[in-house]
Amino acid sequence: MLWETITLAIQAIFRNALRSFLTVLGIVIGVAAVIAMVTVGQGSTEQVTADVEKLGTNVLMVLPGAEAMGGPTGTADAMLTINDVNAVQDEIGTVTLAAPISQTRARAVFGNENRRTDIVGTDNRYLEAAQWDFERGRPWEPGEIQAGKPVCIIGETLRAELFGTADPVGETIRIKTLSCEVIGLLRSKGASTFGADQDDFALMPYRAFHRRIAGNTDISTIYVSVREGASMERATEDIETLMRERRRIRPGEDDDFDVMDMEQIATMLSGITDILTGLLSAVAAVSLLVGGIGIMNIMLVSVTERTREIGIRLAVGAQANQVLVQFLVEAIVLSLIGGLIGIGLGLGLGLLGSNWLAVPFRPDPAIILMAFGFSAAVGVIFGFFPARRAARMNPIEALRHE
Amino acid sequence: MAEMPLIKLRGISRIYGQGEAMVRALDGVNMTVHAGEFIAIMGPSGSGKSTAMNVIGCLDAPTDGHYLYNGVEVAKLTSDQRALLRRHYLGFVFQGYNLLARTSALQNVELPLIYKGLPRGQRRDMAAEALKKVGLGDRLHHDPSELSGGQQQRVAIARALAGNPQVVLADEPTGNLDTKRSVEIMEVLRDLNRDDGLTIIMVTHEEDMAQFADRLVWMVDGRIERDGPTKRPEPSVGVLEEK
Ligand SMILES: Nc1ncnc2c1ncn2[C@@H]1O[C@H](COP(=O)(O)OP(=O)(O)OP(=O)(O)O)[C@@H](O)[C@H]1O
Ligand SMILES: [Mg+2]
Repeated sequence: MLWETITLAIQAIFRNALRSFLTVLGIVIGVAAVIAMVTVGQGSTEQVTADVEKLGTNVLMVLPGAEAMGGPTGTADAMLTINDVNAVQDEIGTVTLAAPISQTRARAVFGNENRRTDIVGTDNRYLEAAQWDFERGRPWEPGEIQAGKPVCIIGETLRAELFGTADPVGETIRIKTLSCEVIGLLRSKGASTFGADQDDFALMPYRAFHRRIAGNTDISTIYVSVREGASMERATEDIETLMRERRRIRPGEDDDFDVMDMEQIATMLSGITDILTGLLSAVAAVSLLVGGIGIMNIMLVSVTERTREIGIRLAVGAQANQVLVQFLVEAIVLSLIGGLIGIGLGLGLGLLGSNWLAVPFRPDPAIILMAFGFSAAVGVIFGFFPARRAARMNPIEALRHE
Repeated sequence: MAEMPLIKLRGISRIYGQGEAMVRALDGVNMTVHAGEFIAIMGPSGSGKSTAMNVIGCLDAPTDGHYLYNGVEVAKLTSDQRALLRRHYLGFVFQGYNLLARTSALQNVELPLIYKGLPRGQRRDMAAEALKKVGLGDRLHHDPSELSGGQQQRVAIARALAGNPQVVLADEPTGNLDTKRSVEIMEVLRDLNRDDGLTIIMVTHEEDMAQFADRLVWMVDGRIERDGPTKRPEPSVGVLEEK
């Protein structure tokens, strides 16, 4: 009899193909949206954490400008100088390396190819602190740094764009008015959490950058590497004390610079991913709701027809419970079909999205169950309760239902 | 010993509503039906004919009185037991056909057989058989929307008799049909009564259709006013067509 009931339900599903399709569609949309969104959201969060860990927990950044909203305000305050960089490295015992970073965006040209890219003035300390490896070529000679020679080390993206498949080392590229010989190519680090390309840059000695590109001697960031095992808080305090002294900030006055550790950077980044995840979840919740309302509508619109159908079944000798079980099975079968398609589609979209954003694929079984449960519940409740009401009527009442 | 009547109504009343709005749709109906009878129920609109049919057909329960079906007190049965009675002994034909939409004639006729628990193959055969009997052997796979009114009503009749019931109850089976189709339907019913011994109770507004029955019950205001054999000899199709 159960098998018979299932067969009946499947027949009914095909007989009311449009209604069934719309119900399934509602469930598919709800389930797929939630799974895809949450999968991508969780992948992003995990990626941020991983990225920050990869940067190393022993890194500090010194930036000019007072701290506000978790980040420095920018350039209104006095910039840093190369002497600040050297002071941080030499005068603070726990600092192993301090590297200068001066940065702008400009077009790099080789032959007929060109690309807007990050132009960074720095020295070998940055390559070491940020753990860059060489794919080809070499780091700068001390003399080249000293003299500010126009010799560049480029990232993989810029190489691919300008040189295609060719070897860039020994070639000369032009950045603004500066002709710059390429002496090294760094190994690719790939895309970061938000899809930002980490290999799209040209590095040159900071003196070359200051003279030929920027026209000033400002350092925009000091990239600090602290000795393994040393207290980051101590290092931060020491740098703050040193910098206040060097920038002649009187006691009681606020800092006009900011020392950020990875925790702060992580907080800032995960603040962004939290917003992202929140947005995605909101969209997902709306989709779930829309799907649910769709299912509800279809079920309610068909109540009259279903009530009459139930009247007919009762009139030819069906018992109320038989009719109910049939409608329940029908609702469950539809929910299962919709749910499975939705899960498949959601995981598929989640995988695509994760790949596209270059974040790990992290489906969450709890969320999958929840989305499926919600849609199935809507399908079953709105399929079942009108049926129950109808099955409790006497057959004549049900047949007369308008 | 006299043969036990198939249906016996004693003081049956059916009251709708309460207080001011109270309607006595049936008011102390007494009626006895023996197996093999063909009965027409007539009467003015609102006289309780449909209500009586619904009570007899176990689709509705009387407010008061005794209803014995084959000696069993129906009023004491639960709604599930009444469903079993409908399933095994009663077939209903409605004025409005009441077929399942988007469902073939064959599947519509199969419906009562499903609840009888018959295997699919046997269901198919019996349903096809019933459809042949009402002259729709060539319309098995048509949906109601692809059938004329008369054909739909014949599907409904096939559905009512597919499970070999003891009684077929037809409430204005020709109410929506023209004279020619009506006569066709009546002939189907008459043949079922004559050849298969099926008991038929039918409500009609048309004197000519009532003439197909052997016995006429006249209702007024929820009571039976007259009950006896139909008067005129049965008219032939030719007579009707001359009109
Ligand atoms: N569900 C209901 N609720 C309230 N009153 C009802 C209901 N069904 C029928 N009635 C009333 O019961 C009385 C008998 O109705 P019934 O349908 O049996 O009449 P009928 O003889 O079949 O009429 P007709 O020839 O028009 O079909 C009528 O007065 C009707 O208004
Ligand atoms: Mg009526």
